[in-house]
Amino acid sequence: MIRIENVSKSFTLHNQGGAVIPVMANATFSVAPGECVALTGNSGAGKSTLMRMIYGNYLAASGSIIVGDTDVATAQPREIIALRRHTLGYVSQFLRVVPRVATVDVVAEPMLAVGVPRDAARARAEELLARLNIPETLWGLSPTTFSGGEQQRVNIARGFAHRYPAMLLDEPTASLDATNRETVLSLIEEAKARGAAIVGIFHDAPARDRVADREVDVSAFTPRRAA
Amino acid sequence: MSDYNFAYLDEQTKRMIRRAILKGVAIPGYQVPFASREMPMPYGWGTGGVQVSAACLTPEDKLKVIDQGADDTTNAVSIRKFFERTAGVETTERTNEATVIQTRHRIPEEPLTEDQILVYQVPIPEPLRFLEPRETETRKMHALEEYGLMHVKLYEDISRHGHIATSYAYPVKVEGRYVMDPSPIPKFDNPKMEMAGLQLFGAGREQRIYAIPPFTRVVSLDFEDHPFEASKADHPCDLCGAGDSYLDEVITDDAGGRMFVCSDTDFCAGRQDAGYRGRLNAEEAA
Amino acid sequence: MTPLLSVRDIHKSYGARIGCTDVGFDLFPGEVMGIVGESGSGKSTLLNCLAGHLSPDRGEVIFDTRTDGPRDTLTMSEPERRMLGRTDWAFVHQNPRDGLRMSVSAGGNVGERLMAVGARHYGDIRDSATDWLGRVEIAADRIDDRPRAFSGGMQQRLQIARNLVTGPRLVFMDEPTGGLDVSVQARLLDLLRGLVREMGLSAIIVTHDLAVVRLLADRLMVMKSGRVVEAGLTDQVLDDPQHGYTQLLVSSVLQV
Repeated sequence: MIRIENVSKSFTLHNQGGAVIPVMANATFSVAPGECVALTGNSGAGKSTLMRMIYGNYLAASGSIIVGDTDVATAQPREIIALRRHTLGYVSQFLRVVPRVATVDVVAEPMLAVGVPRDAARARAEELLARLNIPETLWGLSPTTFSGGEQQRVNIARGFAHRYPAMLLDEPTASLDATNRETVLSLIEEAKARGAAIVGIFHDAPARDRVADREVDVSAFTPRRAA
Repeated sequence: MSDYNFAYLDEQTKRMIRRAILKGVAIPGYQVPFASREMPMPYGWGTGGVQVSAACLTPEDKLKVIDQGADDTTNAVSIRKFFERTAGVETTERTNEATVIQTRHRIPEEPLTEDQILVYQVPIPEPLRFLEPRETETRKMHALEEYGLMHVKLYEDISRHGHIATSYAYPVKVEGRYVMDPSPIPKFDNPKMEMAGLQLFGAGREQRIYAIPPFTRVVSLDFEDHPFEASKADHPCDLCGAGDSYLDEVITDDAGGRMFVCSDTDFCAGRQDAGYRGRLNAEEAA
Repeated sequence: MTPLLSVRDIHKSYGARIGCTDVGFDLFPGEVMGIVGESGSGKSTLLNCLAGHLSPDRGEVIFDTRTDGPRDTLTMSEPERRMLGRTDWAFVHQNPRDGLRMSVSAGGNVGERLMAVGARHYGDIRDSATDWLGRVEIAADRIDDRPRAFSGGMQQRLQIARNLVTGPRLVFMDEPTGGLDVSVQARLLDLLRGLVREMGLSAIIVTHDLAVVRLLADRLMVMKSGRVVEAGLTDQVLDDPQHGYTQLLVSSVLQV
């Protein structure tokens, strides 16, 4: 489902003397449907960078990133948008929404985008919010004013609203209490059970051990520093 | 006879105006620009109409001038005198005797014939002007037949008053093409514009001439659910009893007394001569 | 898939100075593209060239018309282009005064485009106007008020209603949220996002506000000195800018 071959990445800082910082070289791995792969490595090894490249958020310098039928490394913007709409979900650590939109609509939006009728989309959104213990009194409010943990849970609800065949999870269990952590892990397991290919970053080792089938150490892709 | 050239204007000017008139007749409803001259009267007193009349008159013509339907008000009297002095043509107050009729804000009640020319005085020839101030834009709208804006004006009327409250200068579409301002005639007169006579419109200050040839289709704009209505005061004439003529309301005293009389004085006088009597005229006849 | 709009090699100069040059892109149905850049970067010149308000010195602006398929709007006859301007195209100005008739009621403003394409039933026109005022969150009882009596945000929403009432397929927006305070901006952005999604609109939005494009635009073009220096997926351009100018632009935004 996800196949990454020889991907490299460097940042060029034009406004700081044109410094070129290579951050990744020859990254190669793949994820099958129903499989969860955890990215590991020290902080700064490039886990988030790799994940962002898979999502098309960072531009890969070379190599190919095949998700479904699309090569994210070379795809047109509209192809990436279609991919994100239908195939590839992403739960980031930060919630980014239009201010003043009600939480339930924030969660329902990815479903509306793929044509789910409004009632059905709202019903699933409410179900997810309830599962993640967001009090019903908050559903009609904008999540911008919520606490960090609540925002994170809204973000997870939104990420799992549409049943994507491929998902990227960036620290999904961070800043959650035990109950909600359990809910999130079972959401991941359900996604795997229906055949989703998942790439995750988990600092939470027990969580990683429970849901991940394999680990890929990103440090192996760190380019050797020029001597 | 004075030392003026016939009908005041020099021959070259009249030729220029006649060319504009011919173009106007050829393109019904289209505003033809012309080099309007300074006339010995202020703008707003019919300088456009006077120039068109001057270009149309021949020594054999008989001229009638009406102002709001009346032959005896200042504007009518002075223009009539003007042509008596500068052209030496015969004048009349009788609609059916006149060959050229210059009018301000009315069409005579009596139907005109193919031998007659009706000349309108026009203050603002551009029907789209109040909503679109740019001349470049209104010209383009006419050229491309983009007349949606005209209906916006009527829409505004209905939304504010519950019906189309525009009661004069009611816009018309001429021969299915140009939208035209019929000058500030009451909308009661609009249906009469489909007539046997030739209608010419002159706007002196705005330097435009336009025309409706005889028997041309003239449709008043409206909405399907708010059709055009040629309305008038719901009253017969208090002098001649006519029920189908356009009426002026005249306040007769300080106690709220009022009377309705035909705005077309010649029409009213003609009926009275024929023995018709209205409410306030009955005893005198008896 | 046929692009809704294909722009090729647009060049416009003002005398010796370049307005915009060498611009080309394809916009597909349902796509929203942002054009960002500082004042004087040529983004408004470009938008006006695309929308037919300015004629570029060379280039093609090919629009996939409903009836005849792809046509170059620059070589189209003026009546055709103006017809497009009141049916399939819409233009939202930064200043609502440029896009509204200030002396005409809200209902008349919304109804104008309908009447321009032949609507002649007052009741129907009014019903559509009421419906659209509702969709842009203007109370129905304001239908007979003039835009002068509206706040800036309401005027902008009215302008949007007036533009969208004929169901256009392509909307040009020039700083649609400029000059509005932030809370009003947010509401407008939400409204625009909803309308774009529900109506399947394509849009080209010129703005200098990166937060606006992040929320509204799928794609982004970054302009500097009349040229496109970078283009791509909005979040990619903003989060991983490749060109020096874009990096400068992104790093210049104040963090709230």
